Amino acid sequence: MIRVGLVIVLLAVLAATLGPVLTPYDPAAQTLEHRLEPPSRSHPLGLDELGRDILSRLLSGARISLLVGLVVVSVSSLVGMALGSIAGYFGGAVDDVISRATDILMAFPGILLAIALVAVLGPSLTNVILALCVIGWVGYARLVRGQALRARELEYVQAARALGASPARIVVRHVLPTAFPAVIVQATLGMAGAIIAEASLSFLGLGVQPPTPSWGSMLDAGRAHLFDAPHLTIVPGVAIATLVLGFNFLGDGLRDRIDPKGRL
Amino acid sequence: MARYLLRRLVLTVPVLLGVATLVFALIHLVPGDPAQSMLGESAAPDEVARLRTSLGLDRSLLTQYGAFIGGLAHADLGTSFRFGTPVTQEIRKRVADTAILAVCAMGVAIVFAIPLGIVAAVFRGRFLDHAAMTLALAGISMPSFWLGPLLAILFAVRLGWLPVSGSGTVWHLVLPAVTLGTALSAILARMTRSSVIEELRELYVLAARARGLSQARAVVRHAFRNSLIPVVTIIGLQFGAVLTGTIITETIFGWPGVGRLLIQAINTRDYPLVQGCILFISVTYVAMNLLTDLTYGFLDPRIRFE
Repeated sequence: MIRVGLVIVLLAVLAATLGPVLTPYDPAAQTLEHRLEPPSRSHPLGLDELGRDILSRLLSGARISLLVGLVVVSVSSLVGMALGSIAGYFGGAVDDVISRATDILMAFPGILLAIALVAVLGPSLTNVILALCVIGWVGYARLVRGQALRARELEYVQAARALGASPARIVVRHVLPTAFPAVIVQATLGMAGAIIAEASLSFLGLGVQPPTPSWGSMLDAGRAHLFDAPHLTIVPGVAIATLVLGFNFLGDGLRDRIDPKGRL
Repeated sequence: MARYLLRRLVLTVPVLLGVATLVFALIHLVPGDPAQSMLGESAAPDEVARLRTSLGLDRSLLTQYGAFIGGLAHADLGTSFRFGTPVTQEIRKRVADTAILAVCAMGVAIVFAIPLGIVAAVFRGRFLDHAAMTLALAGISMPSFWLGPLLAILFAVRLGWLPVSGSGTVWHLVLPAVTLGTALSAILARMTRSSVIEELRELYVLAARARGLSQARAVVRHAFRNSLIPVVTIIGLQFGAVLTGTIITETIFGWPGVGRLLIQAINTRDYPLVQGCILFISVTYVAMNLLTDLTYGFLDPRIRFE
């Protein structure tokens, strides 16, 4: 499972980086006289409603999906790890403030908050990333806080404290590493979540704006042509589902490796 | 039990207040002047000023916050800019449709997931298990905004069995409910599987088999019943996901519910209506989670006394 996931993810990364080399067409170039043409030899995945090459747009969209996933997961996990370890290690009032904030954000359906934020800030790639980070850090903070609470009582952590190590050093050198395996699993599954969330927002017209291609907005455009050009809907959907499945496979596989008890 | 109930209710108050504050803050996050943004760049200054007054944006932040919370206490969410009617009235008109969709989606999910989960658990590690779990993982990975149009292409466009979109008959409900229920079904199937596997290890199941009960009867009468508690919890907790899922599903199929209203309100920059819809969906979400916790506490006495 882990291998299948890894292969899918690596292929996607490769396709995204090599995208411009793989197809001769500009993803934004329109050929209106060929609009909605089905797959052919010169355009293996066909043309969209403005006569743009779907394969080129798909490869270009892969960059957006992976970029959003990578930025959202990195920022949220860093913020979440910092706040979670502070809350768990220091406890007391700091913990209360951070934990109440996570409680409130957890009580709010994540994607709804993202929709709300993008709705008022205005649709754009930056705002999508911002909104997904605002909802994303909470999970990591919860996870790391729990680990930090446990790590605080470990003997080697107490020994480090007795030796006079500063709290910052203890958290970074001794507390955080205990949480790393769990964070890596969460981050892998988080990539899948961020990719779906970006596509959902773009599908609703709240994400990346045209002419930049996004898998979500490609699907949205396909909705008007279910009757005459179903390939507009099928192609980007296959891409999203495969990439998300890849990250889910990878995340599930990693979790089984790290915690064999979870593998029932 | 009364103490547990009271504690759980009291704990919900700060969460609700936090949700309300977040929703209140939304309109103030609009870059520039929200009134100008709602009316468009070409609007006359006196029109903008009038809208600012009617939205209360000319008052101090604290007064606005007080008025907002005060309004909530009277179920007053302001007036929709586009419809010119109270926001609560617009939401009330569409609640039933969203509720029907959500309940049918959960029904679809349960009907598919529980047998799938039980079969996977019984045939653990064998072909049927792998097939069922791969299907479940595919269900989780398949976004509803793709599954929906795919089902529409197959059942509405190609086969012509069901309507593509709209509402009015039971047939209009089928595609949205299946689209919305699939992801939940996948999650539930995985949960049912692991829960049944755990129960199958218990001695009482072995005892039941030793008494001569058939494997099927031991599974259904004994193991499955006890494995239901975590499954019920997941169903309750996932109601929130179903509720937010209605936003996309209703948009795909033109279903006249609160989710579609929210997206329409966003597109027309009807901020009071956006706030109202978001508040409505999140409060329902919090209430459902509370209800799940209480049911769980009722089903499993150990939780109450913690």
